[in-house]
Amino acid sequence: MSSLWPRIEPLLARVEKPARYIGMERGAAAPAHRPGDASWLLVYPDTYEVGLPNQGLQILYEILNERDDAAAERAYAPWVDLEAELRSHRVPLFSVETHRPAGDFDVIAFNLSAELVYTNVLNCLDLAGVPVRSERRAADAPLVVAGGHCAFNPEPMADFVDAFVIGDGEEAVGEMSDVIGAWKRAGRTNREGVLRELATIPGVYVPALYDVEYDGPFIREVRPRFDEVPARVDKRTVADLAEWPYPKQQLVPLVEVVHDRLNVEIFRGCTRGCRFCQAGMITRPVRERPEEQVRTMVQDGLRRTGYDEVALTSLSSADFSGVDGLVADLVNEQEGSGCVSLSLPSLRVDAFTVGIASEIQKVRRTGLTFAPEGGTWRIRQVLNKLITEDDLYAAVDGAYSQGWRRVKLYFLAGVPTEMDEDTRGIAELARNVVKIGRKYTKQASCTASVGGFVPKPHTPFQWFGQNSVDELERKIGLLRGAVRKSGVQLRWHDPAATFVEGIASRGDRRVGRVIERVWREGGTFQEWSERFELGRWLDAMAAEGLDADWYVTRHRTADEVLPWDHISAGLHRDFLWQDWQAALHEHGLPDCRWTPCYDCGVCTDYALEHVVASPVAPAGGSQGTGQDLSRGGDTPVEFLGVREKASSGAR
Amino acid sequence: MRGDAGFPVRIRFAKRGKVRFISHRDVARAFERAFRIEQLPLAFTQGFAPRPKVSFGLALSVGHESDAEYLDVQLVDEVPLDSLARRVSDALPVGIDVSGTVALADRAPALQEAVTSVAYRITVTGPDDEHVGADELGVAVDQALARPSLPVTRTRKGHEVTEDLRSIVRTMAVTDADDLGPVLDLELSTQPRGTRPAEVLTAIDGNLVDRRVLRTKQWIERGGARLEPLEADARSRVLEARAS
Repeated sequence: MSSLWPRIEPLLARVEKPARYIGMERGAAAPAHRPGDASWLLVYPDTYEVGLPNQGLQILYEILNERDDAAAERAYAPWVDLEAELRSHRVPLFSVETHRPAGDFDVIAFNLSAELVYTNVLNCLDLAGVPVRSERRAADAPLVVAGGHCAFNPEPMADFVDAFVIGDGEEAVGEMSDVIGAWKRAGRTNREGVLRELATIPGVYVPALYDVEYDGPFIREVRPRFDEVPARVDKRTVADLAEWPYPKQQLVPLVEVVHDRLNVEIFRGCTRGCRFCQAGMITRPVRERPEEQVRTMVQDGLRRTGYDEVALTSLSSADFSGVDGLVADLVNEQEGSGCVSLSLPSLRVDAFTVGIASEIQKVRRTGLTFAPEGGTWRIRQVLNKLITEDDLYAAVDGAYSQGWRRVKLYFLAGVPTEMDEDTRGIAELARNVVKIGRKYTKQASCTASVGGFVPKPHTPFQWFGQNSVDELERKIGLLRGAVRKSGVQLRWHDPAATFVEGIASRGDRRVGRVIERVWREGGTFQEWSERFELGRWLDAMAAEGLDADWYVTRHRTADEVLPWDHISAGLHRDFLWQDWQAALHEHGLPDCRWTPCYDCGVCTDYALEHVVASPVAPAGGSQGTGQDLSRGGDTPVEFLGVREKASSGAR
Repeated sequence: MRGDAGFPVRIRFAKRGKVRFISHRDVARAFERAFRIEQLPLAFTQGFAPRPKVSFGLALSVGHESDAEYLDVQLVDEVPLDSLARRVSDALPVGIDVSGTVALADRAPALQEAVTSVAYRITVTGPDDEHVGADELGVAVDQALARPSLPVTRTRKGHEVTEDLRSIVRTMAVTDADDLGPVLDLELSTQPRGTRPAEVLTAIDGNLVDRRVLRTKQWIERGGARLEPLEADARSRVLEARAS
């Protein structure tokens, strides 16, 4: 394999941000590519700035490069300017480490984090010189693999991907590499053989080995074509995060990227049970990293990277057992060593959280973000986002009173049972937040950020018919009227993009033809608003004889075979259906990590357990306590910062 | 930087190879991280968002290489300078190498204001790597130098502005050739304003391209003397790092 660098280098003078394509990050591997090594090209199908920080990709990159029989490099989707140069100079997609042609690798593996990147996957394959359709690939063509959250409904990408990995990849990637290495050493000839062997690895789904039988527009059955191929593919789950302290060598890019900081994953999984949240449903159970390991990873990581910011990441970071003590210690430890800041993304809404935030942001209290998601208590019970108004207002009061000036609130519009009263409730909450803030400062402001809801597979809302573009636009109109002259800034996600996400989110295998058509028409980088066009998607649906509304806005019934029914996140279909019914009856469901098991199916089927250091919920609000949620507000509110002040005098 | 107690240090570094594609700002961030990795005793600015006190010289365009970049960093304690170049280079991206260090006098003028001229070595081609003859270029360069003015027109904030570069160009001569074409050495003033090598080529002939650019030197002229920035405000012997 030879480096394409001499051919790429002159092209970089003509493109914006050429440093996207040079690699050279601290922590990057310099793989040797010994003969017989399974070579992996890990691709994030979006720009370098968006893709580089992806922790999943970095974890697998390290695990593969630690093996003595594998080598992994990375690639990112070239922006349209470089793509044009590559095509006109006949230079293929390349890795950023050694600038090898993508087609020279044994495996091209994609991270699928969002539906709107699907057309970029096809574009990357095409730029690699690999046929986009699996069936057209020569026996010795690279294997095309995909993983990430979107792989939980692999069907829209089933025509293009040879093998999907469902769930945590830490263990599966090694097992796959064994099989792929053997295939390579045997001369990369028997493609069907290697795919059939991959299909026997738990968590690996090879779509070409399954026949889909239709009944009109509906699916009758998805059936494996061979005996040894499992009828249902179960997700992989790493039982104990402590065994996987990755990334050990987080990549430090030379250019600014999103989340440009040290990231330490403090736990995986979330059982808050928010019914709209696919991440929370498919990553169960909760697996905390031991606190001691977190401290070590923070210290070693800061030392090695030179970063001045560290984020403790998870789906709800304030839920980590003993998070207050951990945060206080980390803040104190870093105080002497050069202005390191700490951040906790994904915070829940309560006073406890504000206390932690005040611990972290001692000086620069500019903005604080909460996600109440729904505008009324009724709709929040439907969503199972059990935040009372008193909790929210107490949290916000705490924030403004302790010096924050800007509060950002995240909401969903177009959720099940939503009525205009609920939509307007979003504006009312936000207006009240501004009023609270104005008690403390005239500069108090509140941003309400509203996303259109896209029902996701493997959630209780997977049966719900998404709102149409018109309906979402009407709701945004309602909100715009309701926040006028209130000090509330309203932001919203484009309903047209939400609609297309809906096509892909719950699409079946037939949607693949639409994705291919949109890509052929030039529809790449669809998650970039300047590149997105709804018309392209609607035209492609029509051209392929598919009804967009049937896929997006239609409610599904209990007996319908869903396109992802042969993929399992461990959640029993009965549980999801019951939880869907409970949602419609406005019944909340407690968090099973601190309350008795309601048997969603994950722990019992996979013989797993929550790994949680504290058996009790954190204090500070209805969301944390598991107390009588229907009343709410009677939990004593205690601010961490305030308590410290009281005990230690003035700071 | 000026007027602070502590230990100000001036560093000279090279930026060569693939890393030339990162921006001036990216280089600054890389140095900040390298200083943290080496746990240098950095001085910080006051205020809500304290930043290490590091100040850079003239920006180098993305894609250009250099053997003569400079920065000043304010430390709160003295550090051994003999190992500093090696330590910082090890923590920097490949291609950025510290080539010299010096303890800086207190209240030394900032690099941005102090530097009076910079020298470049550029490989000249036509569009699409078309070859340009060395003799042909030599004649064009001499003719340009003989002219009383070297006007270039550029669009600035929507207006067409014509500037005369003649007073900026101090010396310019074809000195060598590499695989892509003739190599031009030139020295350009930076005060009261400077220009980029590409602008000078445009003034000579609109078809010339600065295919490779290497900044070779920066100079500080003061009281009739011409000083390399490490020497200009040194309060210690200049330490030249060995090439790695």
